[in-house]
Amino acid sequence: MTVMNPAITLATTRRILTQLRHDHRTLALMIIMPSLLLTLLRYVFNDEQTFSRAAPALLAVFPFAIMFIVTSVTTLRERTTATLERLMTLPLAKLDLLFGYAIAFGLVAIVQVTVATVISLTWLGLTITGSVWLLGAIAVLDALLGTALGLFASAFARTEFQAVQFMPAFVMPQVLLCGLFAPRDSMATVLDWISDVMPLSYAVDALSQVTHSTEIDGTLVKNLLIVGGCALAALVLGAATLRRRTP
Amino acid sequence: MTNSAVVVDDLRVKRGGRDVLNGISFEIEPGTVTGLLGPSGCGKTTLMRALVGVQIVEGGEVTVLGKPAGHKDLRKRIGYATQNPAIYPDITVTEALTYFASVLRAPASDVARVIEEVDLSSHADAIIGQLSGGQLSRANLAVALLGKPELLILDEPTVGLDPVLRDELWKLFIELAQRGVTLLVSSHVMDEATRCEHLLLLREGDLLASQSPAELRDRTGESDLERAFLRLIKDAVS
Repeated sequence: MTVMNPAITLATTRRILTQLRHDHRTLALMIIMPSLLLTLLRYVFNDEQTFSRAAPALLAVFPFAIMFIVTSVTTLRERTTATLERLMTLPLAKLDLLFGYAIAFGLVAIVQVTVATVISLTWLGLTITGSVWLLGAIAVLDALLGTALGLFASAFARTEFQAVQFMPAFVMPQVLLCGLFAPRDSMATVLDWISDVMPLSYAVDALSQVTHSTEIDGTLVKNLLIVGGCALAALVLGAATLRRRTP
Repeated sequence: MTNSAVVVDDLRVKRGGRDVLNGISFEIEPGTVTGLLGPSGCGKTTLMRALVGVQIVEGGEVTVLGKPAGHKDLRKRIGYATQNPAIYPDITVTEALTYFASVLRAPASDVARVIEEVDLSSHADAIIGQLSGGQLSRANLAVALLGKPELLILDEPTVGLDPVLRDELWKLFIELAQRGVTLLVSSHVMDEATRCEHLLLLREGDLLASQSPAELRDRTGESDLERAFLRLIKDAVS
């Protein structure tokens, strides 16, 4: 296995950001979409307190879902346009490519989450007890999780149409079971178990904790480690699905 | 011989359950231009993929620059241009080449050099997706020229180009060979075959000939290469 090279990883990040820079519409959608959805939700509830209860979880869910879909389509495009095969003939490690993507979309996620958090806190009336920085950091981690899972999922899609269909398959069950609609321990036992193995559940737990308390305890650290670990595992599994030799 | 740039021994490839290459063997001398000829679907691209090391092969041995094909040390030493352009359509020519140059750890000055070599200077800042077909295949070719490749594997690099440009590219190929680079160029244009020092004729997965144009003319008694090929195919069928 070729060893990763930071210069090549960062060159890949730069190339992906250049591609995004040329595609203004995608960039604009990625940056403002979570904020628009949160604004919509604020006026659906039409009540700051109810909004404050739901918003932190959605600050995790929206970037997660959007990053998943954008990443899975972008990487699939790399696979189908033969640029992936060209890269596989060059001295680039598979993890250079995947981390290149993760860093590029991670940077976009930072902008996305910053905009969404600032709008929620200043304009939509979100109030949180814990640290704003921690809230933002967790939301970025969730976006990275979406990126990593999107990279992994793209290995199983042949066409962009299939990749788009993976969004309900990979993302919606996690959104339904993460504790956003009903507390996880009140769900049917089997669903509670399933939610225990879904990384988004831990992300939402971590965010609710930051919303309600200033304490940074073992549970919070454990939850964050699980989310980060899942993102890393998805990236490594994604690398395993890339093949230098194909039929 | 150990000093051949490429040694292929009894290479067999199946794709989708179908035999694509039926045990072919040949060698390529270093510092030469070899033409790979044959009708569409005869296995040219599959053979090139096997040399680059991205093709799963059924059997046989492929040695490239002294190493088994696909060896990681070869990735800096081979320039490969696919027939379908494998280059990012949503960025500019310079941006795409800059990326590939950094992956190869080639000097930044290489980007301007290869753009010049494929005569795309006037479109260096154009978005690749907006180039014409011929410009696109030149941008694709430029990627293969980055760095210091010792072996260039070029799949139909001159398709859709006007005769003047095609002539210039062939001059470049021959100049590269004189500098010691080994080139394998696939084509289905016969006048390009006359410019090669060595020819490989592939048909339905069989290698019908691995000879110089002169040897081929002698063997078939035809002065015209097109007719020489026709004769070989007829002989093979009968």
